[in-house]
Amino acid sequence: MIVNPVLRAEGISRSFGNTPALREAGLSVSAGEVLAVMGPSGSGKSTLLHCLAGIFTPDSGEVWFDGRRLDTLNDGRRSELRRTAFGFVFQFGQLVPELTVADNVALPLLLGRTRRRRAYARAAAWLERLELAELGGRRTGELSGGQTQRVAIARALVTGPRVVFADEPTGALDSLTGEHVMELLVGLARQEGTTVIVVTHDARVAACADREVVVRDGRVTDPYAGGIVR
Amino acid sequence: MSVPLALLGLLEREPSHGYDLKRDYDTFFGRGKPLPFGQVYSTLGRLARDGKITAGPSEPGDGPDRKRYAITPVGTGEVEEWLAEPVAAEPYLQTVLFTKVVLALMLGRDAAGYLDAQRATHLRRMRELTEVKRGGNLVDALLADHGLFRLEADLRWIDVTQARLDALTAAVRER
Repeated sequence: MIVNPVLRAEGISRSFGNTPALREAGLSVSAGEVLAVMGPSGSGKSTLLHCLAGIFTPDSGEVWFDGRRLDTLNDGRRSELRRTAFGFVFQFGQLVPELTVADNVALPLLLGRTRRRRAYARAAAWLERLELAELGGRRTGELSGGQTQRVAIARALVTGPRVVFADEPTGALDSLTGEHVMELLVGLARQEGTTVIVVTHDARVAACADREVVVRDGRVTDPYAGGIVR
Repeated sequence: MSVPLALLGLLEREPSHGYDLKRDYDTFFGRGKPLPFGQVYSTLGRLARDGKITAGPSEPGDGPDRKRYAITPVGTGEVEEWLAEPVAAEPYLQTVLFTKVVLALMLGRDAAGYLDAQRATHLRRMRELTEVKRGGNLVDALLADHGLFRLEADLRWIDVTQARLDALTAAVRER
């Protein structure tokens, strides 16, 4: 039983057309916890992540963030919440290729109206923590897969989010690079007290987390809670 | 783990005393299961008898045996041959995991529940090994990686089996 979860879903269902992706799925995540969401392709794990992050709204059920109902907020409020309280790391295509590495990392701050000088100073500090200090002036298209994901992590963490959502963050990387990226993500999140929810089918990635749940046929199974979670 | 070949390999680096061999064996290969001194010296005795190593004269000092051992060309040949020979790629088909799943299906028990519990147990161990990697040196990390990849292979099998449980149930009960 998780006391005072930072994020909680209760009985959420979501369909795409006639295809149900989530069926009364439930989940609770503690503040500062690193949670792995596992499951086969098409099981609904990414849909669950998107519902928790307020990208999708569930057809039924409730999502709560920090004691506030998230699924009933309007688009604008959810969008603001995503920008200020959440960070995102995806497998592909999250950086703007026309911009430099430093621009990409500073972008969420600039969109949140942080002053330019301050935004770039914070971006530089995060690039340093992710061992990317020398790459700030490069365009993101020139980076390797591992460097790209490290830039994405810097961008996800630069706003000081409460929760980072990561969807197969190492899916396109070789084992050693993927491990390095995960260690950086988890290590930095722990230093910052940030909650991480990572969707993965990779057991080695899940082993970096504190706990895992399994999504199967749109339902969440928590092996530590002893069954399906609604 | 072949103790004689590991000791031979360590001796190919440089002639050593039994104590040094035991220390290096325990550091690299023992991992919580140190080699008893008795086994070190009995193994060295057999290797000397078979002409794979030679024992130097006893040297003054503490301890049961202060001889320096050196590898012979016969011993070097054996190490070379052993390293060049791939280990048999065993299929590991008749594992306890496999037997439990098949029996659970045959008996109409909760095979999916068993697989879930097994996944959680495997992941818990993977978490421990990941922690070992974080705190350990490169040799610890290498060993932990070996364990992690083997557990990962089991987990893949668990996932695929879970995805096919309905078909497997039908196949097992047909026979």
